[in-house]
Order: sequence, then structure tokens, then C-alpha cells
Amino acid sequence: MNKLNFLQPDKNNLSTYLYTGVFFVALSIFIVFVNSFFNKDLISFLPGIISFFLPLILGFIGLHLIRIDYSGMKFLDKVNKNINTNNFNAFLSLLIIFVIIKSLPPLLSWFIIDANISGDSKDVCTGSGACWTYIKIWFNRFMYGMYPNAEQWRINLSFIALAFLGTIGFFATEKFKKYLTLYYVVVYPVIAFFFIFFFISGGPIFFDFSYGIIAAVISIIIGFFIPPKFKMYYFIIVPITLYILLKYVFFYEELIELGKLEALEWVETGAWGGLSLTFIVSFFCLIFCFPIGLFLSLGRRSDFPIIKYFSIGMIEFWRGVPLITVLFMSSVMFPMFLPEDMFIDKLVRVIIAISLFEAAYVAEVIRGGLQALPRGQYDAAKSLGMGYWKMHILVILPQALKLVIPGIANTFLALVKDTPLIFVVGLLEIVGMLNLAKTNPEWLGFAMEGYVFASVLFFIICYAMSKYSYNLEQKYKTER
Amino acid sequence: MSDKIIQITEMNKWFGDFQVLKNINLEVEKNKKIVVCGPSGSGKSTLIRCINRLEEHQQGSIIVDGNELTEDTKDIEKIRAEVGMVFQQFNLFPHLSILDNCTLAPIWVKKMPKKDAEELALQHLEKVQIADQASKYPGQLSGGQQQRCAIARALCMEPKIMLFDEPTSALDPEMIKEVLDAMVNLAKAGMTMIVVTHEMGFAKEVADEVIFMDEGMIVERAETKEFFANPKSDRTKLFLSQIL
Repeated sequence: MNKLNFLQPDKNNLSTYLYTGVFFVALSIFIVFVNSFFNKDLISFLPGIISFFLPLILGFIGLHLIRIDYSGMKFLDKVNKNINTNNFNAFLSLLIIFVIIKSLPPLLSWFIIDANISGDSKDVCTGSGACWTYIKIWFNRFMYGMYPNAEQWRINLSFIALAFLGTIGFFATEKFKKYLTLYYVVVYPVIAFFFIFFFISGGPIFFDFSYGIIAAVISIIIGFFIPPKFKMYYFIIVPITLYILLKYVFFYEELIELGKLEALEWVETGAWGGLSLTFIVSFFCLIFCFPIGLFLSLGRRSDFPIIKYFSIGMIEFWRGVPLITVLFMSSVMFPMFLPEDMFIDKLVRVIIAISLFEAAYVAEVIRGGLQALPRGQYDAAKSLGMGYWKMHILVILPQALKLVIPGIANTFLALVKDTPLIFVVGLLEIVGMLNLAKTNPEWLGFAMEGYVFASVLFFIICYAMSKYSYNLEQKYKTER
Repeated sequence: MSDKIIQITEMNKWFGDFQVLKNINLEVEKNKKIVVCGPSGSGKSTLIRCINRLEEHQQGSIIVDGNELTEDTKDIEKIRAEVGMVFQQFNLFPHLSILDNCTLAPIWVKKMPKKDAEELALQHLEKVQIADQASKYPGQLSGGQQQRCAIARALCMEPKIMLFDEPTSALDPEMIKEVLDAMVNLAKAGMTMIVVTHEMGFAKEVADEVIFMDEGMIVERAETKEFFANPKSDRTKLFLSQIL
């Protein structure tokens, strides 16, 4: 048997070191565990300060003893490599393990053991834990806001239908794959819009959207017959003219009638709320801010001075003001500049405001990607005879957008988490509903449960988005 | 006029205050192979980049296949489509497979049906001997293979002129040969070529004429044999003595 040197554990006496080390680590964890879960201090006979640090010291010695390189045991090597590479890391690992063990019992007791979920009034919540009854009673409000209970199936049905339509991409056969982009970029948003416009609202809101969409569709169709030379001016002037004509000259009354579905009760947007409103606002803002940001980023690099300075102005303006002021302006100041009889729904204004605001950020993120591309890519595309749009659509943007997926995901996550700010204009999505509920005299004192509930929901949404963006990154990875 | 596919007269170009090209006069006839050589910074690359207007010239005129290149040339894309270019850094599109790299421009610029474009691309890839790599991405190929793909990509547009901007400078010696072979085959097939290169062996083998440039000027232009056998200017002699 080789000589034991406890300062320098080596492979020769592997089992001795291993058993001693594991014993020490296990002992230290056991002491902390018993202390934390059963509230018994096994080492109280020691003087205060030593009893406080003893588990740490024991664990430290233990980890030192099992730190043997190339021991031949897979598990041990893995442990050493991951949490026990040197003294400092061992110390940190122990500290983290102890903190987890220490914090588990109070968390468990608050979330589960001492929590209440049965019953339907505040009186059942006598324990020291969370009062999930509160969430249960208010669940409908948190999900749908002030939307009438009897009509909530409309929201459910719309969301289920849209979720189902959103998954079509997974089932598309090879033959239809090439239409998927068109579907997701154009058709799907329009379907979503109509669901929300006709079905959830059931009334004549979102009118300006419908004028806008009609104007856009008509101008795109006519656009095919316009010679390329005038196309740029055409697409700036015609849609706006059409929009104004549609709104003030042609069938204004007819459209209002068209917008009403007699069978469905009209629910004004002020009554929408809760998580469903979070989804609606986030969804539309995501859809709108991306193309706007894309055009702003291209515009900023344009050779035409008007387009260039317009883009720079837009980007710097929206980046320079806080979102809360933008929202406030959109609801309070903006209507003052409109003609008397003109009315744009509050929700529409909010969606436009947030979209423009986030578009500025998206634009700068995309510009970062455009700048990262080597000049040779532009040269190669040009030398093959591609014009500006072909070059960008076929060569530059696919690469630049792939580069900035993480940045765009970042912006989108920020957008979703910014939606609670719409409370300043009186729209109450989930956090707004929480704030309302916690001031209800019958249910005072349950703010904590509400915020935990909202955090969990937001975490699920955001984590799903970030996972998705990571998947996209992997999917489009072609280098090496 | 008819067989002069490129005509450059009295062309000057500045980068800021620095004059890169001074009083360039150059005529290239159809099916001629021209090698442009000279020290770094002598304006060779800028010259051939001017021919498909990747760089703009400030004075003089450039006429390519009967079209003058000016600021208000509307159909610059059409002219570029007839002038293929191969770059030093390959500049393949990394997000597309080799085959898609080759079919992209024919499909979207020349409006060729996808099937025909793929057939054409495979033909050209076959010529440069990388048809078996068609489904791979540029990042998975060696430098020589990438450069040959870039040649095939340019050929798929069926250009009248091919410009080569130091096509072998970014390659290691073993790969240079495979690229040069592809270029030699192309030359034998009768393509009009302007090649900026330091490969004097290639120049001797295929070039009809050699142009020597220094400090933005064309110092000497001569038939290939003449150029190597008895160069006229001292600058050319110095250059040749160093490079050979």
C-alpha cells in the first residue's frame, strides 16, 4: 500500500480517498439538510462561529479528497470536471448546494404544504402559505379581463383556432412547403386580424385597420402593372391616397354595417384584458414591428437622402423617448390632433405606438446584421446581375437575419414584457388585472400570489420564445 | 467596333484625393484572353471592377458590349448579367447549397425555369468537376472547390465576358492547380477573359496578351511571347525578374 498523503490525493489509494471524501461531503450535506428541513442543529454543542462554518469546512475537505484527476471512474471524473475543478470552485459549489437546501423548505411550505386552494372565499386562507384560492377565484378575470363571462368562449375559440392554424407548417407536405412563408407572413396575420376584428370584438372597431388593409391590397394588385421606374413613388403615394378616399369619400357607412355581425354582442376594447389581451397586443406588435423595422434598417443605409434621413429620424426619435410617454401621448395627445368626427380605437393606437417603438430597436438590430456581412456578398450578388431588391431579398437579408436571430429574440422578449405598460392608457392586461384585484377590498393582502402567478406565466411565454429562437438558429446554421 | 467587346478610353478614377487609375486606354476583342499583372496596389483589381461597375469611374468612358457605363445607365443589371466575375475571396453565398448558389441568379434574374436552371448548373459544375458536391454548403468545401463553384456560378449566367480578380491568391499551392485547370478549359472553350493574376505560368499557357500595370497606369501591353521574351520598359523587366 502506498503512503497516504492527504494534501495530495492521487490515484493509487483511490478507494481510501474516495470513501473518506464522500463521507465528509455527505456528513456536511446531512448536517445542513437536518438543520434546514427538521430545524435541528446537530452541532449546537460547538461554539457559535465554528458550528456555523463546520459544514462548509467538512464539505471543503471532502471535495479536496475526491479531487483526483483521471481516476477512471466516469461519474467521479464528471463531478470533478463540473463542480470541483479547484479549491475556489469547490467552495462555490458547496455554497450553492447549501443555499438550495436551505431555501427549499420555506419555498415548499409557501407554495405547497401550507398553501390553500380549496374553498371560494378569503376565509379559507388561514395558513402561512400561499392562498391559491385567490388565483382560482380571479382566474377568469386574469385571463379575460372585463370581457363578459358569457362571451368568453369567443376568445377561447379564436385562440384555439389560431393556434391550430399556426401549427399547419408542421404538417405541410413537400408540395406546399414553398407557400409556407407567404402563408405565415401574409395569410396568417390577416386571418388572425379577422378573428379578432369580427369575432372577439364583434363590433365596428379596428376600422382604420380594415381601410388600411383594403388600400394595401388594392395598391399591390395595381402595382403589378406599374412600370418599375415609377414603382417607388407609386407605393408611397397611392396607398395613402386610397386610404383617405376609402375613409372619407367612398363607402364609409357601408363598411360600418359590414363590420357588424348581428349575432355577436359587441364588446368594446376597453373591456378586453388579462392574459388574452397580453397575447393580442404582443402578437400584433410582433407582426407589425418586424417589417417596419426591416424597412427602417434598409432605409437607413439607402442612397436616397430623403429616405435615409427619414429613417434615421424615425429610429432616433422612437429610441429616444420612453415607452410610457409614447403610450401616454398616443392616448391623450394624439386624439387632439385628429378631426372631431375621427375616432381611432384605443387598442389600435396602443398597438401602433408599441409597434413603432419596437420597430426602431428591431431596425438597429437588423442594421447590425447587415453591417456584419462582408462587402464581397454585395459584390457577388451585383456581379450576377441582381438589382437592389433581388440582392437584398435573395442574398443579403437571409444571411443578415440569420445573424441577428438572438438580437431580435431579445427585442421581442422585451416587447412582451413591456406590454403591462399599457395600463397607463387604461387597458388592463394580466399585470394590470392583478393590480386591480389586489386593491379589491374583499381580497386585500394577496399581491404576492398574484405576482408569482404572473411571473410564472411570463416566464413560460418568454422561455418558449427564447427556446424557439434557439431552434431557429440551429435550423438555419449552414456554416461548417 | 463589332468585335471590340470592351472599349475603355481616357478613363480616370479617384478614391478621395488619391488617383487610382490614370488615363487608362484599353480595347479587348471578342474571344481574347488577357492577363493583367503588376504589383499590389497598382489598380488591377479596380480596373476590372470598373468593367462591371462595381466601382464607378469619374472620367472617360467604358463601353461594354455596345453599352456605355454611366451614372444613369438604367440597365446596369443587364450588363452585369453578361459579365461574369470571380473574386479572390470566392464570395459564395454561405446560406445556399452549391447547386442553389449556381441556380439562384439564372432563376431570379434570367427567369429561367427551375428545372432548366438546375440542369444547366449541373452541366457547369460537371465541367469544373464538383458536380458530386452539389448538395453541400460552401462552408463544407475546400478553398479550391469553392473557387471552382464560384466559376461555375458565374458561368451559369452564360456571360459574354469573364473577369477574374486574383482567383488563386487566397488558395494554397495544391489547390491553385485545380482552379487554373478549370480556367484553362474555359479559355480553350473560347470565352473572352480578363484575368488579374500573379500566376505567370497560366499567363504563358493561355493568354493572348499580357498587360502590366503600375501605379494606376498601363505600363506595357504586349503579345504574351513578346512580353516574356523582351519586355520593353525597365519597370516590367524588374517585375519579371522578381516574379519568375
